Amino acid sequence: MDYRSPLAKVRGLGSANAGTSHWWMQRVTAVALIPLTYWLIVFLDLSLNASYQQTAAWLTSPFNAVCVVSWVIAVFYHAAMGVQVVIEDYVSPEGWKITSIWSVYLIFIFLALAALIAILRIILAG
Amino acid sequence: MNNINRPLSPHLQVYKLPLTGIISITHRMTGVMLAVGLIFFVYIVSAVAGGTSTYSEMQDLMGMWLFRMMYWGFIYALFFHLCHGVRHLLWDTGKSFDHDSMDRYAIIELSASVALTLFAFIFI
Repeated sequence: MDYRSPLAKVRGLGSANAGTSHWWMQRVTAVALIPLTYWLIVFLDLSLNASYQQTAAWLTSPFNAVCVVSWVIAVFYHAAMGVQVVIEDYVSPEGWKITSIWSVYLIFIFLALAALIAILRIILAG
Repeated sequence: MNNINRPLSPHLQVYKLPLTGIISITHRMTGVMLAVGLIFFVYIVSAVAGGTSTYSEMQDLMGMWLFRMMYWGFIYALFFHLCHGVRHLLWDTGKSFDHDSMDRYAIIELSASVALTLFAFIFI
């Protein structure tokens, strides 16, 4: 017995009304992060070991800047979606679940913006 | 609903997790730790943006052995999460669910994450 309407079936959104978008974007960002991890590692290595001029010059190069900015966008999106799943699995009271997921998303958006503005400041100063 | 004799799923304390099961929960734990570690990334990139003085303060702080250890822990967790993430992408294609490939891939990804960390330590 199938109680779903033909419209619901063809839309394919399921009971959460979001379909597979969360799962799908988790994969899209994951694939993007595989090559971009290289730029994170180089950036961290320069920041921790190289001179200020070297790090700033590296980050000011357009290609490196685009890759680091892409990493920031992909990683904060990926992290927020990942932590959301962990909360959904372990926090059962509906109110706590929703408010903690909201908080995680807001904190990650805040951190992502802070990182992006910092990168912009480095590029504009260089 | 009040039947207390319901069958239960294997309890974690009496059920010996297979290697892939241990890796699976480690994947989740490293994911959460990496998410927390992003705060350090924001700190580092902000210190670079602040100019030479905040930059050298940040280098001094991150040069302390405790933060050095946390840094390499972060890098290892990153490569572990990346390697197991690749396996999740393979699983998404519907392949390699049989017992032998599970164990084989577990060994491959553990070695790969150690190798990548050593590679980053030596060459970058």
